[in-house]
Amino acid sequence: MLLLEQVLNGLQLGVMLFLLAAGLTLVLGIMNLVNLAHGSLYMVGAFIAASAAQWTDSFLLGLLIALPATALVGIAVEIIALRQLYDRDHLDQVLATFGLILFFNEAVAMIWGPRALFIDPPSWLSGAVEILPGAPYPAFRLAILAVGLAVAGFLYWLVARTRLGMLIRAGASNREMVGALGVDIKRLYTLVFGLGAMLAALAGVMAGPIYAVEAGMGEQILIPAFVVVVIGGIGSIRGALVGAILVGTADTLGRAFLPGIFGAIMGPAAASGVGAALASMAIYILMAAVLVWRPRGLFPAHG
Amino acid sequence: MTEPLLKITGLTKAYGALLACDGVDLDIRRGEVHAVIGPNGAGKTTLIGQVAGELRPDSGQVGFAGRDITRLPVPARSILGLARSFQITSVFPRFSALDNVALAVQAHAGSGFGFWADARRETALREPALACLERVGLAGRARVPARTLAHGEQRQLELAMALATGPRLVLLDEPTAGMGREDSARMVDLLAGLKGEIAMLLVEHDMDAVFALADRISVMVGGRVIATGAPDEVRANAQVRRAYLGEDEAAPC
Amino acid sequence: MTPRQAILFGGLAFALALPVLAGALGLDYAVGIATRILILALAGIGLNLILGYGGMVSFGHAAFFGLGAYVVAILSHHETMSEPLMTWPFEIGGTDAAILAWPAAMLACALAALVMGAISLRTGGLYFIMITLAFAQMLFFFFVSLEAYGGDDGLSLFARSSAGPLDLHDPAQFYFLVLVFVLLALLATARLANARFGLALQGIRDNERRMRALGFATTRTKLAAFVISGAIVGLAGALMANHTEFVNPSFLSWQRSGEILVIVVLGGMGTALGPLIGAAVFFVLEEVLSQWTQHWMIIFGPILVLAVLFAKQGLWGFIESKLDRHD
Ligand SMILES: Nc1ncnc2c1ncn2[C@@H]1O[C@H](COP(=O)(O)OP(=O)(O)OP(=O)(O)O)[C@@H](O)[C@H]1O
Ligand SMILES: [Mg+2]
Repeated sequence: MLLLEQVLNGLQLGVMLFLLAAGLTLVLGIMNLVNLAHGSLYMVGAFIAASAAQWTDSFLLGLLIALPATALVGIAVEIIALRQLYDRDHLDQVLATFGLILFFNEAVAMIWGPRALFIDPPSWLSGAVEILPGAPYPAFRLAILAVGLAVAGFLYWLVARTRLGMLIRAGASNREMVGALGVDIKRLYTLVFGLGAMLAALAGVMAGPIYAVEAGMGEQILIPAFVVVVIGGIGSIRGALVGAILVGTADTLGRAFLPGIFGAIMGPAAASGVGAALASMAIYILMAAVLVWRPRGLFPAHG
Repeated sequence: MTEPLLKITGLTKAYGALLACDGVDLDIRRGEVHAVIGPNGAGKTTLIGQVAGELRPDSGQVGFAGRDITRLPVPARSILGLARSFQITSVFPRFSALDNVALAVQAHAGSGFGFWADARRETALREPALACLERVGLAGRARVPARTLAHGEQRQLELAMALATGPRLVLLDEPTAGMGREDSARMVDLLAGLKGEIAMLLVEHDMDAVFALADRISVMVGGRVIATGAPDEVRANAQVRRAYLGEDEAAPC
Repeated sequence: MTPRQAILFGGLAFALALPVLAGALGLDYAVGIATRILILALAGIGLNLILGYGGMVSFGHAAFFGLGAYVVAILSHHETMSEPLMTWPFEIGGTDAAILAWPAAMLACALAALVMGAISLRTGGLYFIMITLAFAQMLFFFFVSLEAYGGDDGLSLFARSSAGPLDLHDPAQFYFLVLVFVLLALLATARLANARFGLALQGIRDNERRMRALGFATTRTKLAAFVISGAIVGLAGALMANHTEFVNPSFLSWQRSGEILVIVVLGGMGTALGPLIGAAVFFVLEEVLSQWTQHWMIIFGPILVLAVLFAKQGLWGFIESKLDRHD
């Protein structure tokens, strides 16, 4: 029972990571841009939703306002700053978007104050569902899982079946060719960026009822999301999904069970410390192991 | 000494479904200039990449000076006496011409772990480097940053760097690429001056250069070597003319 | 005297006179600030070796900064508690002697860098950035969950390291010791830039493929540079632990890694003096802006973006290009 619950928790974390990693990996694969500020969009989405939900007294309205609003913020950032960075090396991109993180964290603290906010889940999702007899599970977390899987399906359809997806795939492997097709590549990039921002905001809003909405929340999830991208292979949506599930479950199960396991083997006091340490390092060990085995990730998108 | 310096057997390399090299057999004798010609995409650069060690062949062997070097990493091959120049000029742009060549000398002169002594004052590095620059006619440009050299001069610098590693075999991927008539002729003269002393695997599209330099010529088409022989034999080979030169048999060369 | 020499001598004279000047002006706290700047500069010098000369973008150098700091703090903790650090296979006790603890910090960082480098140098580009970041995060969480040494809350030093006749609690003496380390590191970098190893490193930065074709076993060179770099940053961490008399996991945070990167880039990558200038500018900017508003990051962030976009050569790089035109 406990195992099932933790597996579901792991999947739910994986789904959140996927929403961020999908945007990151698209932007990396297509624009070749490392965007550390992606986590900031997640944070901005959560804050806007928190305010809007309070104001309208409705979680869903908060969500509906936060998504386009964050997409607009993302598009503005793309046009003002990130566009200048596409042709720069990764170091420049890392530094400049590091600067953007500092900016956004401070801006959010100035607008919303230093205290953490919480978003109430909609009342019809605030209860628990009995997934197995005698095993209740929060309905909201199940909803996150469902939404995440739906988004994964939608992205798959978008990339594999639509004209936009065709351009995205072509853009990832050959920019000139897309340009030659007479597509305005700048518009395509802005569009992809807006899409990524919206996915990040979706993750942020759904995180609201579970984690605290506070300045700096973006970075707590950004780094695991990058781990997902690297494990999955840069530019690969499928890799992002597989990587996210791996990272989400490894992290959750590690934290839930490793301290206990080590405690049982080595005696409680010292060992649960080792277990806890290993658990919090698990995803990074996983990433290092994957890279030793496959230096370009599980599903290398090109070359 | 009948054993060839370089012996390539059954070398095969595929990119997906495309066989870039398809069972290539080729050998180079000591001091020989062996030209490899063929249309664009024939697999010439892929062949050189495998001999130099940057590409791992799917199957087949590369033997050099009696050793199997198929799995040897790039730097180790260079130490054995295998040098190359690149199809796309790649000198170190911020270093001076002399620095570029001295770096090549350094790679083969003892430890790279000098942390304190000024390597630009080491005569053991500078003198051989200057000699190589002289050899390619760039001594007068020794102090000039490499990025400010003209294209032809950069190609000469490439050659000087290859020479500075004391090679027994140089892999030359289109040494006259992108050069004007005059620069091109100078490069051919330079290479002619090295002939006999250093063996060369010469990939070249300029047929004048090929026929001026080569002792033997191999013709590659679609990843395969379709003919090998002395220049006159190859020139006369009907299959070559059909496949590569795209002429019908009656047309004059 | 060339303008360059004038700047160098002027800077050195200022650095030597600083404690006296500060005392005379009644700005005693300035010595502490200057010490802090020098320690960050030393960390920058360490990173600059691989970033500026070797072209390796490590986003995880705070790991060495924090590890070096923790080694000093943990050794001192055991000395204070008079508990041995380990008893098996042989007994090792704690220590607060600088002559033991600081080299131990450097050694620990060199070993960590050896492992981290051996794995991360197999990859390149973005993967390298990410895997160095991941390693630093790993160590970060390791220290967070190390309850024996304070976990999240960190560990206070009972006292600064003891260093023979020197009293490191005296701000001026500690300052001068740090200054000596920085000057030595600067001198070593300046020599290295023109030595065989440094030239090979710069060649790898500009075109690794070409270097391999010339016969350089480049991975070995890069790994050696990575290890030296880690050890230098570890020393900076050891000094910082002494300066603050306190360590906590934030010494290893990824923001700290970003800060060290910023210092090197602001000052000028691949120039010996760059990290020193960068550390000073970083600190002064922080001071000035935070005097003005508590939300100084909202200004510093965009400044950083603009600096990356329009001033890539860094401050010292800019000055040097002007000087070169004169020399
Ligand atoms: N990295 C690669 N991935 C996929 N295909 C490749 C790769 N490198 C080369 N090819 C293909 O392999 C074939 C042989 O290429 P190669 O560069 O060896 O030809 P080449 O004879 O040197 O041509 P050129 O005369 O134009 O230099 C070509 O069809 C090329 O498109
Ligand atoms: Mg070619």
